Amino acid sequence: MTEDFATDPTKPAQRLRAGSLTIPLIPWLIAGALVIVMPLFFQANSAITIMNQMAITIIFALAYNMLLGQGGMLSFGHAVYMGVGGFATVHIMNMSDFFAMLPLPVMPIFGGLVGMVLAMIVGSFSTRSAGTVFAMISLGVGELIAACSVIIVVFFGGEEGISGDRTYGLPFFGIEFLQQIEVYYLIAFWLMVSAALMYLFSRTPVGRMANAVRDNPERAEFLGYSARWVRFYSFVASGFFAGIAGALFAINYEILTEENLNLTTSGLILLVTFLGGAGFFFGPVLGAIVFTLVQTVLSLETELWGFYAGILFVATVMYFPGGLAGLIMMHVPALRLGKAGRLIVPYLKTLIPGLFTVLGASALIEMIFHYRHAAVGDDEMTLFWTSFDSHSALPWIVAIAVTVVGFWLTKKTAPDMAAAWHDANSPDGGAA
Amino acid sequence: MSVPALQLDGLRKSFGKTEIIRGVDLSIGKGERHAIIGPNGAGKSTLFNLITGRFPKSSGSIRLHGHDLEGMAPFEINRRGLSRSFQITNIFPRMTVFENVRCSLLWSQGYKYSFWNMVSRQRALTEGAEAILEQINLTARRDLPAGVLSYAEQRALEIGITIAGGADVIMLDEPTAGMSHSETDYIVDLIRKVTENKTLIMVEHDMGVVFGLADRISVLVYGEIIATDTPELVRGNARVQEAYLGAALEAEH
Repeated sequence: MTEDFATDPTKPAQRLRAGSLTIPLIPWLIAGALVIVMPLFFQANSAITIMNQMAITIIFALAYNMLLGQGGMLSFGHAVYMGVGGFATVHIMNMSDFFAMLPLPVMPIFGGLVGMVLAMIVGSFSTRSAGTVFAMISLGVGELIAACSVIIVVFFGGEEGISGDRTYGLPFFGIEFLQQIEVYYLIAFWLMVSAALMYLFSRTPVGRMANAVRDNPERAEFLGYSARWVRFYSFVASGFFAGIAGALFAINYEILTEENLNLTTSGLILLVTFLGGAGFFFGPVLGAIVFTLVQTVLSLETELWGFYAGILFVATVMYFPGGLAGLIMMHVPALRLGKAGRLIVPYLKTLIPGLFTVLGASALIEMIFHYRHAAVGDDEMTLFWTSFDSHSALPWIVAIAVTVVGFWLTKKTAPDMAAAWHDANSPDGGAA
Repeated sequence: MSVPALQLDGLRKSFGKTEIIRGVDLSIGKGERHAIIGPNGAGKSTLFNLITGRFPKSSGSIRLHGHDLEGMAPFEINRRGLSRSFQITNIFPRMTVFENVRCSLLWSQGYKYSFWNMVSRQRALTEGAEAILEQINLTARRDLPAGVLSYAEQRALEIGITIAGGADVIMLDEPTAGMSHSETDYIVDLIRKVTENKTLIMVEHDMGVVFGLADRISVLVYGEIIATDTPELVRGNARVQEAYLGAALEAEH
């Protein structure tokens, strides 16, 4: 057995393996290219507004996941770092002499620094432990700063918030950021820079130790690292990127209010991150994209969008704790075995009836809502591009029938899907 | 005489009114392999936790290479060259085996809390971790999450993490607990190899392991050390036999 101990660091096998840890470039190049060409496909101003909001949410969610996913810290008050960064940015925009000397694209650095300084102050006492204590402190600090918005009116502007004008800055190569598309590319630039920096952070010694402290803080202490300081550095880095997101919010909307600080916003970013999947770096990106679409597109269709978003979150927590990213990554073993193709037909057989079940059930919910809340005499409602009388029997029968049949078919085909899943994940020829 | 690697003077620890460690004096020289044995509940693990800063002591002093460890946190004690393993496996379950070992190398290779180095670009780090993996025979498990390893493999990883940082005082808390005979033999070989020229302090129940490895043995009974001596003399000590060893040795044969 002793010959196993002999180690030769010059072995080529060992050097090769060292090389296998290099950073994968291709997903980043694809993401960068997508970000550049998206406005060519979606040219409407409303689409660009949605994409701007999406990009800001992505940065915020990635910053939040530095705590939740990578550092194992559950924060209920992370909106304040983004919010305060944003408020500070608006104040700088309002210092007209100073702002006139600065091009707009550098503003996020200020937002980031302010978010970072605030995180240093709060983190100095909140990162002593993770778990419940950290969560409660984050909740308290979040509430405290949100309450400050009506107390420190000079900075937070009270209930109406504060507003600025992004176009007063020094023109940047002739661009004055009057148009949405110009703002889009400014935000897109910062999105790519922030995402890349956050990714690289996770590959540094302190970023690796953040994972170690998340898994087992005590063991990390017996390896020479103070769990508290590891948490502190993650927290400060997260505050910096949240501040960048805040500055971009200030640039995009030119107004910040109490809403940017409060617990609702803090809670939403937790849900967005969880929906996307806290366990993977790209999870929060998916979460932010899906949630922004639900928030903007679905909210145009129905007043009940929040209800559906809530169901989506509960379903994620209960059935897919890995989030959307987890759902995708779950298919990697089947892909490696080259058997993922066998899943397509069973998936369609189960998921299409499933989709109809969801649509039928949501139709019922919408009809109940209309029946109960529409003005007296207003019996006509429009759903799925069809207009009908919500007080007549036929639409109810159709909706109930679709839901029941869809559910029955889903249940009936689910075992086949499960069997196909098992098959696709078992190596051929081996004992399954 | 040179400064001992570890010196305990009048060490005491109470939990509430119960005194668990009742005045321990012990001096362990550099390069010595020292085993602490004793019946269940004698306070062996508590003694380990006091030395490594996991629990605060009630009174007495602990010196590592002559430096008083008074008031130091575990991470500060570790930085002074003392590393320990745990009786209940204590690893990073969601990280890969390789990452477990690499993380345990970071501080000793001087990376501290740096956020300007990419760990994957540091050849010394990667090669150091690979070398440890070969030593503990887990190269084939390199990219698996540590949580899915078998019990014996996790115990080997535990030792790997403990020795990786190059500490010169290694404390192992029941390294062979729950292992089969062949696994035990393997771990004993491993311990002997990786602690060469280092100071080893171990708590162990397996008398075969203790008498095979230790230069000296301390017997801890009810929070007091009743004997510290070479294995042969401890074996012959009447008090030890009365308190503990007799029963254990009879069980062995």
